[in-house]
Amino acid sequence: MTKLITLLLIGASNGLIYAVVAIGLVLIWRSTRVVNFAQAAMAMFSTYIAASLIDRKVPYFLAFILAIVFAFIMGSVIERTLMRQAAKGTPISSVIVAVGVLITLEALAGVIWGANLRNFPSHFSLVEIKTGGVKLGISPFDIYIFVAVLVLLLALVYLFQYTKLGMMMRASAFAPEVSRLLGIRVGRMLTLGWALASAAGAVAGMLAAPRVFLFPNNMDAVLVFAFTAAIIGGLDSPVGALIGALVMGISLSLIGGYLGSDLENPGAFVILVVVLMARPQGIFSSIAERRV
Amino acid sequence: MGNKRSHFSKRFRVTVAAASLSLIAAACGSSSSSSSSGSSSSGGTTANTASAPGITATSILLGSHQPLTGPAAPGYSEIAPAAQAYFDYLNAHGGVYGRSITLKYEDDGYNPANTTQVVQKLVLQDNVFGIVGGLGTPTHQAVVNFLNTNKVPDLFVASGCDCWNQPTVHPYTYGFQPDYIIEGKVLGTYIASKYAGMKIGVLYQNDDFGGGGLTGLKQILTGGQIVSAQPYDPTTLTNGLGTQVAALQAAGAQVVVLLTIPAATALALLAMASTGFQPTLLSSSVSADPYTLGGLVSNFSKGKVGASILTGMQTLAYLPAPTDLTDPWTALFKTIHDKYDASQPFDGNTIFGMSMAYYTALAIKAAGQNPTRQSLINAMNTQAGSFTGPGLTPLGYSSTSHLGFLGAEVMQIGASGSLTSTSPIYVTNVNGPVTTHASVEAQVPANLG
Amino acid sequence: MGVEEIDLKAEETKVKKETLIEGGSKLSLKRLIPVPILRNLLLAIVAVVIFFFLSGHLSAYRNYQLSQVGPYVLAILGLSVLIGQNGQISIGHGALMAIGAWSLALLQIHTKLPLGVILLLATLITTAIGGVLGLVAARLRGPYLAGATLALALGVPDIATRYRSLFGGYQGLQINPPSPPAFLGANFTPQQYLAVIDVIVIVIAFIFVANLVNSRIGRDMRAVRDDEIAARLAGISVQRTQVFTFAISSGLAGLGGGLLALVASNVSPGAFSVTLSISLLSGLVIGGIGTMAGALWGAAVMVYVPQWATTLTEKFNMNQGIAANIALAIYGILLIVIVLAAPGGIQGILMRLKGLISGRGRQRATKG
Repeated sequence: MTKLITLLLIGASNGLIYAVVAIGLVLIWRSTRVVNFAQAAMAMFSTYIAASLIDRKVPYFLAFILAIVFAFIMGSVIERTLMRQAAKGTPISSVIVAVGVLITLEALAGVIWGANLRNFPSHFSLVEIKTGGVKLGISPFDIYIFVAVLVLLLALVYLFQYTKLGMMMRASAFAPEVSRLLGIRVGRMLTLGWALASAAGAVAGMLAAPRVFLFPNNMDAVLVFAFTAAIIGGLDSPVGALIGALVMGISLSLIGGYLGSDLENPGAFVILVVVLMARPQGIFSSIAERRV
Repeated sequence: MGNKRSHFSKRFRVTVAAASLSLIAAACGSSSSSSSSGSSSSGGTTANTASAPGITATSILLGSHQPLTGPAAPGYSEIAPAAQAYFDYLNAHGGVYGRSITLKYEDDGYNPANTTQVVQKLVLQDNVFGIVGGLGTPTHQAVVNFLNTNKVPDLFVASGCDCWNQPTVHPYTYGFQPDYIIEGKVLGTYIASKYAGMKIGVLYQNDDFGGGGLTGLKQILTGGQIVSAQPYDPTTLTNGLGTQVAALQAAGAQVVVLLTIPAATALALLAMASTGFQPTLLSSSVSADPYTLGGLVSNFSKGKVGASILTGMQTLAYLPAPTDLTDPWTALFKTIHDKYDASQPFDGNTIFGMSMAYYTALAIKAAGQNPTRQSLINAMNTQAGSFTGPGLTPLGYSSTSHLGFLGAEVMQIGASGSLTSTSPIYVTNVNGPVTTHASVEAQVPANLG
Repeated sequence: MGVEEIDLKAEETKVKKETLIEGGSKLSLKRLIPVPILRNLLLAIVAVVIFFFLSGHLSAYRNYQLSQVGPYVLAILGLSVLIGQNGQISIGHGALMAIGAWSLALLQIHTKLPLGVILLLATLITTAIGGVLGLVAARLRGPYLAGATLALALGVPDIATRYRSLFGGYQGLQINPPSPPAFLGANFTPQQYLAVIDVIVIVIAFIFVANLVNSRIGRDMRAVRDDEIAARLAGISVQRTQVFTFAISSGLAGLGGGLLALVASNVSPGAFSVTLSISLLSGLVIGGIGTMAGALWGAAVMVYVPQWATTLTEKFNMNQGIAANIALAIYGILLIVIVLAAPGGIQGILMRLKGLISGRGRQRATKG
C-alpha cells in the first residue's frame, strides 16, 4: 500500500513537470497549428540563462523572472523571424524548422556552457515534510511545483476566457481571416502565443532542472512525454494537457514500479494508443474532427 | 573574478612541478633503456622511419571515438581532451622516440551507427596507427569486428565489458578499466569482510555495466544476503529513481551498492535524501566522482545538506584520486591539466584520460623505435602486463588475457571530497578468487622519450 | 458521373507524378521503349552497371560513406510514399527501421539463408508489423498520428533491452558485414561490396515504388490524400488504402533498417533513438516531399552535411567538444535555411532550375 502511494506521488510530481511543457505545446498549437519540437530546447536554454544569473549572485526569484522575460523575447523572435516564414510552406515545414531550432539551441548551449551536467537550485527543500513523525511523501519543492503549475494554468485560463486579449488570440487562431477583418492584428497574436509558450517552457525548465539536472539535452525525454500528454488531453486544451500529463506521469510511475523501468517507454506508446483508440482527438479536444 | 591570482598560482604550480620533475629525473636516471624491444632494431643510431600507417619519422596519429555531444557527453566528453593534454605535455618533453603523438578523437554522440562511421573514417581515411580509448560498450561493439578484421590495434577500450577480453576472437582489442564483474567481486569481498550479516540492496543500471557488477557481487555474496536488486533504465532517468530507492528502503537494506552512472548516483542520493533513507553506501568506480557529484548534490536541501550527503560514501578506485594532490601522479596531471586542458574541470575523468594516454605512450614505446601494428600487439602481449604508472593494481595483459586493471581498492569520501583508503587493494580476474595485493603505483618517471 | 470526374483528376495527378519521377525530359527514351516497366528496368540496370565500375575508382572510405546513404534513402522513400502520396504522417520510422534491423540480425544469426533472402524477409516482417500499426494509424489524423508514431519511436528500442537474451540488450547484436564473393577479385573491398548492395537494393525499391504510384493503388492513395470523402464516394476504401500504404511504407523503412544493420555491422537501441525518426522526417522535407529523387537528396544531406560540418570545424584549431557542437549547430541552421528558402526541398530547387533552363520551350509547346 505504501508502495502504491509512493508511486502515485512520484508519478504526480513528474506529471506536473510534463504538464508545464505540455501547456507550452498547447499554446503554440492553438495559436499557430504547429507542434513545437523546439519547446524543450527553448526551456533548457532559458534555464541556463537563469543558472548563469544565479551563479552571478542574482537572487533565485529575480533570476526566475528574468529567465521568463528572456524566454518571452526568445519566443517572439523565433516566431517573427523563422516560424512566420515557415508558415508559408506546408505544415511539416514548420515542424522541421522547429526541429532545426531544437538542434541549434542544444548545440549552442553545448558551445556556451559545455556538455557537463550541472545542478540548478531548487530554492525549496527537496526533503520530505514530516508532521509528528509521519512522512507525508511530499517535499516543499513538490508543493512549490504544484503551486507554480496551478498559478500558470489559472493565469492562462483567465487570459483566454476572461480577457479581450485572450479572446483576440483565440479568434486569430481559429479564424485568422475573419479576425483580420475585425481589425485584430493576427500576426501580433501569433507572436504572443509563441512568446507565452516559451515563457511557460522556461518555468518548466526551471522546475524540472533541480531534479533532472541541467545539460543541453536534459529536456529531450520530457518533451516526448509532454507531447504524448498533450495528445492524450487533446492538443487544444490546457486543462487537458494537465490531466494528460498527470495520467502519463502516474501511469509511467506505476509501470516502472510494478513492471520494470525498461517498460516505461513502451508503456507510453501503449497508453497513448489505448486512449486514442477510444478518443482519436484526445480526451478534452473541443474541436470537431479535422481532416488532413 | 580574481583572474590575476589564479593566473599567478597556476604559473607557480607549474614551476614547482617542473622542478620536481627534474628532481625525479636526477634521482631515477634514465629508466627507459631497460624496456627497449620490439621488432625493429632499437639502438640509438637507427633513424626514425614511417614504419606503419599513421606513423612518420616525427609523428604518431592515433584515433578515438567519444561522445562529445548528446546525452552521454556530460562527464565523458572530458576524457579525450585530457588524454590529448597528456600527449601535448609528452610531446613538449620529447615525445616517444622523438615522435609527437596526436589523438584524433571524433564525436559519435554515443550512437553505434555513428561510431562505425567515425572509426571507418579514422582508419580508412585518416590512416590512424590505432584506436585508443574508444568509449562505450554498445558503441565500441559496433566497430570491434571491423578493427580486428583490418588488424588495427584497439587499445584500452573505455568500458568494463568483459567482451573486450577475447584474445582469440579479438586479438587486437584490449580492455583498460577493471571489468565490471571484477568490480562486483571486489565490492562483494569487501562487504563480506566488513558488513557480514547485514542486508544488502543493489541499484544497478540495466545493461552490461550494472548487470556485470551484479553478477560479480552475487558470485561472492551467496546465501540471500542481497535482499533487493533494483534496475533502472538509463533512458528514463528523467523520471527519477524514487521508485527504486523506495523499494530498497522497503526491503530493509542496510548497505546499498550503487552500480550507477554519476547522474544516476546523484538522482539516487536525491531520492534517499528526500525520504530520509540513510544506508551505508558503496559504489562502483564509475559511479562516484566526488567532483562531479559534489556539484550536483550540493543543493538538495536548499544547500543545508550540501555535499555532506556524499561524506562517508565508499567507492572503488584503481587510479589515484583527483583530490589527492599529494599523490605524485595527481600532482603531475594537475600541472598538465592547468597548462593544456584548463577549460575543462579537473576530476576523475581527467585522471582517467591522462592515465590512459600514459599507458598508451608506454605501449608505443615498448613497440620499438619504428613500431608496426604487429609490434605494438606483441608489446601489449609480452610487456604491457608489467607496465606500471598511476594505476594502483596490476594489469592483466598477456597473450591469453586482454584484461586491464585486475582490481581496485575501496576509498571513502571525506568531508571536503577527499578520498581515503578503507581496504586493501583487491585483485582478481573474472573467474578466480579475490586476493589482496600491494599497490603497484609507480614513481613518476623522468621522461618517456 | 462523379466517378468519371475523379478518375480524370487521378489521371491528372498521375501525369504530374510521372513528370516528377522522370523529370519530364526523357521523352526520347519514352518513345523508344513505350512500356514503363521495361524502361525503368533498363535504366536501373544501366545505373547499377555504371555504379559498379565507378565504385572501383573510389577509396574504401568513400564507398563506405556512399553505403551509409542507402538505409536512409529507403526509409525516407517510405516516408515519402506515406506522407507525399497518402497524406499520413509518421515520426516513428526510426522504430520501423529498428524492426527491420533486428529482423535481419536475428535471421543472419539463426539461419544460413543468403543475404538477399534475409533482406527480403526483414522487409516482409516489417511490412506485416507496419500493417498492424497501420490499423491504428488509419484512425488518427495530423498531430495525433504524429504523437502516436513518436511514442512508437520512443518505445520500440526498449523492447530490445527488456528481452535481452533475444535482442541483445543495450549492446545489441553483432552483424557480420557481407564479404564480397571471390569472383569479384581480391581488390574488391567489403566497403565497395556494401555500396554495390546498397545501390542494387535502392534501384529495386525505386522500380517498385515507381510502379506502385503509377498503378491503380497509387491513384487510390492520392485520392485519399486529396479528399477522403470524395475517395469514399468513388468506392475507394479509405481505411484499407491507408493501412496498405502504412504497411508498404513500413516495409521500405524495414528494408532500410536491414541495410543499416549491415552498414553499421551492429544493431543496438542507441542507433534507433527518437532523434533518428525526427532526422528522417527532416531528410524528407529537405529532399522534397513526394518525389523519389528527393529521398536521395535528403539521405545524402543526413549523411554528408554533419560529416562535412565536422571536417570544416576541425580545420579551426579549437576545442573538439566545442567543434562538435558547432558542427551540430551548422546542421541545425542549414536545416532551417533550406526549409525556409526552398519549401519544395532540394528536388524543388532542381526542378525550378530545370524549369528555368528548358521552361521557355515547353511553355510554348503546351500553349501551342
